[in-house]
Amino acid sequence: MKRGTLKSRFAPLALLAGLLLALPGAPLRAAELDAEQQARYQTLINELRCLVCQNQTIADSNAPLAADLRQQVETQIRAGRSDAEIKRYLTDRYGDFVLYRPPFKAKTWLLWGGPFVVLLIALAVALRFVRARRAAPAATAVDAAALRQVLADEAGDDARRPPENRS
Amino acid sequence: MRLRYLVPALVLIGLVVLFAIGLRHDPREVPSPLIGKPAPAFSLAVLGAPQQTYTLADLQGRPVLVNFFASWCAACRVEHPFLMQLAAQGVEIVGVDYKDTDADGADWLARHGNPYRTVIADPQGAMGLDWGVYGAPETFVLDTAGTIVYKQIGPLSEAVWRERVAPLLQGAKP
Repeated sequence: MKRGTLKSRFAPLALLAGLLLALPGAPLRAAELDAEQQARYQTLINELRCLVCQNQTIADSNAPLAADLRQQVETQIRAGRSDAEIKRYLTDRYGDFVLYRPPFKAKTWLLWGGPFVVLLIALAVALRFVRARRAAPAATAVDAAALRQVLADEAGDDARRPPENRS
Repeated sequence: MRLRYLVPALVLIGLVVLFAIGLRHDPREVPSPLIGKPAPAFSLAVLGAPQQTYTLADLQGRPVLVNFFASWCAACRVEHPFLMQLAAQGVEIVGVDYKDTDADGADWLARHGNPYRTVIADPQGAMGLDWGVYGAPETFVLDTAGTIVYKQIGPLSEAVWRERVAPLLQGAKP
């Protein structure tokens, strides 16, 4: 095998490796935090919503506002604020909407309780259905004579009907 | 038997009502928790006069609009003529040049006209963060006591002004 072919065979692989290395692995590490603070930082930025691109967390978003909020979280962690205090700071300004897990309170009871309400309704409907079926009269022993009479009547009906497919 | 038709009919009506509400509701408009609360404190330089600071106290004492704008903001261009009109009617608007360079902000105002009584420079967006701003334009309506009575997300328009803001300001006047 010529060297040239070997090289060209590995070239795509090398390119791929290069591209993978170029991908930002962990671009959102805050520079001056210790390991424990870093973990808190990661948890927080993955739980806070970016208000500009609303279906992304501030960790995912490239919006300038998300960068500002990440910066704010980092600064406050470094200042020794607790997670609850940091969330409080943000909800005071942007409302519960910034939290991907909003707290349970008067305004959000439907959000948290809604699925259970729907489940209860479904259970009630299912229960009604089952009860209705159980209450339906089961097949009972039929008087043989009466049955024969009915069958005979049926046959009589058939006899009176004009024959089909008469050609 | 009648229940058989009643239940689906009720479910259908319920869903139609829910969808009607849901479709009218713009998810981009996040209700501000600051409404009904005193405006957050700040202390920033006036645009073009770095030695002059403007603080919350300067906003108190009369109803005022605080409008966050920027030279990079396209929707602010849309809103701009209406702000000029309001200013001409004597409404006091204080501008906040949000996450913008002083030069770009001043240039924008020079080119399109300046509807603001004062323009505050907020190059880092620090005041914006404290006020819960997440884009431009956003406009806060402050009453005489400096309480936020309304927040407009997106451009102010004639219709919004007539239906939402004007009634509030009439109530706020002494």
